[in-house]
Amino acid sequence: MHRGAFTPGRAFVYAVVCLIAAAYLLPFAVVALNSLRTAEEIAQTSMIGWPQSWAFGNYAIAWDKFCVAQTCSGIQPYMANSALVTIPATIISTLLGAVAGYAVSLWRFPGDRWIYGIITIGIFLPQQMRLLPWTIVLRETALTNTLTGLVLIHTIQGLSFTTLFCRNYYVAIPQELMRAARIDGAGFFRIFWRIVLPLSPPILIVTVIWQFTHIWNEFLYGVTFTTGQQQPVTAALISLTAAVADVPQHGVQSAAVMIAALPTLLVYLFGGRYFVRGLTAGAVK
Amino acid sequence: MSALTIRDVSKKFGATEVLKDINLEIGSGEFTVLVGPSGCGKSTLLNIIAGLERQSAGTIRIADRVVNDVAPKDRDIAMVFQSYALYPSMTVRQNITFGMECRNVPRPQRDEAVARVARLLQIEALLERKPAQLSGGQRQRVAMGRALVRDPLLFLFDEPLSNLDAQLRVEMRMEIKQLHQRLGSTMVYVTHDQIEAMTLATRIAVMRQGVVQQFADPETVYNRPANLFVARFMGAPPMNTLPARLEAAPDGTVAVIGDVRLPVPAEAGRWIGREVVLGIRPECIAESTRHFTDTPGAVITMTAPVEMVEPTGAETIVVLRLGNERVLGRVSPDLRHRPGDTAPFTVDTRKVSLFDPTTGDRVV
Ligand SMILES: Nc1ncnc2c1ncn2[C@@H]1O[C@H](COP(=O)(O)OP(=O)(O)OP(=O)(O)O)[C@@H](O)[C@H]1O
Ligand SMILES: [Mg+2]
Repeated sequence: MHRGAFTPGRAFVYAVVCLIAAAYLLPFAVVALNSLRTAEEIAQTSMIGWPQSWAFGNYAIAWDKFCVAQTCSGIQPYMANSALVTIPATIISTLLGAVAGYAVSLWRFPGDRWIYGIITIGIFLPQQMRLLPWTIVLRETALTNTLTGLVLIHTIQGLSFTTLFCRNYYVAIPQELMRAARIDGAGFFRIFWRIVLPLSPPILIVTVIWQFTHIWNEFLYGVTFTTGQQQPVTAALISLTAAVADVPQHGVQSAAVMIAALPTLLVYLFGGRYFVRGLTAGAVK
Repeated sequence: MSALTIRDVSKKFGATEVLKDINLEIGSGEFTVLVGPSGCGKSTLLNIIAGLERQSAGTIRIADRVVNDVAPKDRDIAMVFQSYALYPSMTVRQNITFGMECRNVPRPQRDEAVARVARLLQIEALLERKPAQLSGGQRQRVAMGRALVRDPLLFLFDEPLSNLDAQLRVEMRMEIKQLHQRLGSTMVYVTHDQIEAMTLATRIAVMRQGVVQQFADPETVYNRPANLFVARFMGAPPMNTLPARLEAAPDGTVAVIGDVRLPVPAEAGRWIGREVVLGIRPECIAESTRHFTDTPGAVITMTAPVEMVEPTGAETIVVLRLGNERVLGRVSPDLRHRPGDTAPFTVDTRKVSLFDPTTGDRVV
């Protein structure tokens, strides 16, 4: 394609692209702007508008003063909950997925296809279908309304994707490499640590980014299996907006939403590049 | 003592039988080459010897120990792969020492071993590089180094030179040969290059569709091929094979091909009056001034039409008609035959082979 040849066709394409981008960005822009406006200003004018005075204080209030239900601690503890769920679940599910993907792609054992099939079928099961089994599991393990319970759910659910990602990446590793290692006397885990894992950073970055954003943004399990102080931030935001008695605190609420979205936004800004690169990278050049 | 014994080994992948009743006995210090067309089961056999693949039936013995149930690492073997299979994230040094690392060999001993192979293969300058920073030939050397750093009972090579360019291949071939002479180790070498097989082997096993066709020293395989397949597979250009009829002649037996009568060995007598396939190497057909031997009656001269001429530099390949069959001859490059000429040729009949036309097996 030639740069600079600005044809009517090109103009049309740009217009459509800009429109779509605007459609995606508008809600975000509204929330971002509202997070900097006072409640009074929003109430007096409209939900959509440019801040007349910059109300940065909204963020401080949202962070540790705002009242959710009867507790006035802002969203800070819920952010901590989310982090305590997301970080371990991301690390564990990525590592387990790497090992599982390595096992099903590079080792032949009876039933390997079946095991891989069963693990990845999880991708296609609707979330609602899994609620009941998880209710039973959490009750049996006494993990209902605990962060550990959520870590367990996200780790197991995440395995479907992490295994798929890693497996598809590892199948490109030549069998002869495995054979050479076996003759050298390396076993399952030594081959994993010394040969396969060092080849893995591109796919591990993809998996970590994917898991982190999904687990952080997840909402259904959060509201279903936790209440009150145990909720992750996505679930807590709902209580926050629902439990407003007097004046609607749109400014502060918007700030809370912004804070809650910040971690995944940062991951996207700093990791997005690696995500795309990792998805297209091969295990061995 | 035999270094490696393969007894009645067969291998099935599902319903397809890839190896059928392989029997090979390889002596200590031998350089055995497994050769055959693509897909004939060479790598599969090598992998079975290594323990990387399990045979469906039969026994493998290494140094008189049955190793059927022994893991690859405990078979005391070293292997070089076609793709070299260097560990991409490790340096050359780590690649070479990985086996020792897995066996918990102490560090001073490892360093000493690396130094020894690096000197032997002249890769001292490459030790801290990663495989991606090496040329094809250098990678090949490192792959060799990884095998040579051990002192195994058996070296296994799976087409180690097939990814190199022609010149490097010839160089490395010589180096491997020297290495074998120097180390005196037992080696099993897979290739589909018959020149590699001829130059390296002390014995060659020619395989086809999972069956060993012939297992003999290079000279025998070349001059007395066990069947038509071996005759045509070994040698470039390949052996001429033409239908002939055996007849009694006053001074022995002759093969009649059109109007040409070639004397054949006396043992062929019981085939008199029957059709055979006669095999004759191109180098046994040359210009009429060539002196093959003084043995009376071993050489005949004939005139034949020339159909095509292929100069290769060192010699010229001519396609000519022998009793109406197309055959290849190898003549001196100084001759300037032209297609359409009729020229005199001399044929050395001492090394003709005769094959049964129905089974393809060697008769004489
Ligand atoms: N894992 C497998 N499953 C099914 N068939 C296989 C498997 N491995 C090899 N084969 C088949 O077995 C036959 C022999 O394969 P092998 O790799 O031993 O051939 P080869 O002689 O080494 O050929 P090449 O010269 O091309 O390397 C081939 O027909 C191949 O398709
Ligand atoms: Mg092969």
